[in-house]
Amino acid sequence: MIAQRKVLTDEMVAKIEALAPRYPNRQALTLPALHIVNAELLHVPLEAVVEIAQVLSLAPAEVQDTLTFYQFFHQEKPHGKVRAFVCRSVSCALRGGDHLLEHLCQKNGVEPYGTTPDGELTIEPAECLGACDFAPCILANDDLLKNMTPEAAEAELKKPRARAT
Amino acid sequence: MTPFKPVLLEAVGVPDGHSITSYKSRGGYAPLEKVLAEKQPVDVIEMVKSSGLRGRGGAGFSTGLKWTFLPKDHPGPIYLCVNADESEPGTFNNRILMEDDPHQVIEGIILSSYATRASTAYIYLRYEYPHSWHRLQAAIDEAYAAGYLGTNIRGTSFSLDIYLHRGAAAYICGEETGLIESLEGKRAWPRIKPPFPAIEGLFRKPTVVNNIETMACVAQIARRGVDWFKSIGVPADPANPRDPGSYGPKLYCLSGHVEKPGCYEAPLGITARQLIDEFGGGVWKGRKAKAVIPGGISMGLMTESELDTPLDFAGPGKVGCLGLGTAAVVVIDDQTSIVDFLHNSCRFFAHESCGQCTPCREGTSWSLRMLERIKAGKGRLKDLDLLLEIGQTMGMMPGSTICGLADGAAWPIKNAIKKFRGEFEDYIKRTNPSGWMVTDPVPALQIVGAH
Repeated sequence: MIAQRKVLTDEMVAKIEALAPRYPNRQALTLPALHIVNAELLHVPLEAVVEIAQVLSLAPAEVQDTLTFYQFFHQEKPHGKVRAFVCRSVSCALRGGDHLLEHLCQKNGVEPYGTTPDGELTIEPAECLGACDFAPCILANDDLLKNMTPEAAEAELKKPRARAT
Repeated sequence: MTPFKPVLLEAVGVPDGHSITSYKSRGGYAPLEKVLAEKQPVDVIEMVKSSGLRGRGGAGFSTGLKWTFLPKDHPGPIYLCVNADESEPGTFNNRILMEDDPHQVIEGIILSSYATRASTAYIYLRYEYPHSWHRLQAAIDEAYAAGYLGTNIRGTSFSLDIYLHRGAAAYICGEETGLIESLEGKRAWPRIKPPFPAIEGLFRKPTVVNNIETMACVAQIARRGVDWFKSIGVPADPANPRDPGSYGPKLYCLSGHVEKPGCYEAPLGITARQLIDEFGGGVWKGRKAKAVIPGGISMGLMTESELDTPLDFAGPGKVGCLGLGTAAVVVIDDQTSIVDFLHNSCRFFAHESCGQCTPCREGTSWSLRMLERIKAGKGRLKDLDLLLEIGQTMGMMPGSTICGLADGAAWPIKNAIKKFRGEFEDYIKRTNPSGWMVTDPVPALQIVGAH
């Protein structure tokens, strides 16, 4: 019996299936599937985990096991429409990364990893974003914000942005 | 210093340099056509082996030799995994290559796949590089359209597909077997070796894992020849039969407290001081360097007096660092607290330890707790010995962990305390005047931000 899907849309499943020929087994589709769901829902709720498992012929626990390893996927509630990763690793920290993170959290009234009440913005500390030549930097959805001062970052994160791909 | 013309970075600043038209106008893909028409896979392995190319991802293992570990006459499939999970703090050269010259990388991948008889190559790309993702995908599409990818490439029996696979922000995926596990859809726990990936890797098939910059080097060796490659860098030390030399150009990532941070190409063996002064415009604000990371945070620290160390594969080890690593040079100026640096390093590794091996999971976590306590003014001199003990007992070298990333977590602790012990002691005595001498066990502080 095929259970009725409630969270995954036909479109999401089609996107997952389109990648299937790339891999010799279906478990390898786990991360791509999680990304496809997360890009739409901005989180991967438990129901989605169960449905991904059904699509991939895996046990839900296998998908959940993988998901929880990567801190990337929120499960309880969606992250903001803009997800800002603020780098705190060494090169950014030497140029004010920690201060930048603190400033942005304070100005937006959130804790690190928190989302503003209107659901617009999530601020997350990130380890090295690989843009140390532009330290301190922020990855906001698909946009790399370079050489940020606290004030410039505050203004940048107020702007609307295309969804992360 | 004799002027050195960038090769790996020749497309940087070229308008539309990332397009296939630009790449071909610079001589790209012609070497591939020549190889496919004239050479056997074994010839390509021989070429790369004799060039002395050592992997650019951090370990510095001979690329050609790695390829020879694949079983002969295997029925296949054989996989090539290209490691673009560039996560070592301070490192961004792969990003530059993928964004500014993706076809150089792709030509290297095609040549390497031909050599290793791989028919599928996966590029494992870290999530944090969306721009690289789009550039690479566009370049892959161009390469298919031009007939450099797909079935029966250029009328030969060689077929190859390249797929991009995206990570999800985990440092451990840069470890080659962690990468393989992650690609298979599992948590990225490194595997116990042997078997090595060349025998049993991705999907339990023979697999080669190579770094993005290594792929670019393969393309350049095919274009310019083995002699050209061997004419650059530091030759093998005749007095040391185990030294394979450090040949070729290298992308150095310079960041931190320098005037001009950036990715600079130089012959292997440039000293840290030359790099900082001649490329980076010196330490920022006219200050002096207190310490310099030679190759990504896990390689440890050099002091100011060690800056004339050549940054080749053998150099940083001579001053007690772990190695050249990713050649990411991070400058720390003389007004920065080394306690703050070590706290940052410990926080990174506590966050990124995959949790599989107890010494690393507990060692990174407890070293962070101790640094938190020291920074909160409750440090004791005994903590420095405890930190050193952690540093000396976790890793592959003491034999307590599965992968080498634990050694990388240990090295900054060992180097920082051994080379800057006086500063740590002063800090502890100054901030904890009544308790620095206590040796009784103390409870850890509640920490924020490790997980």
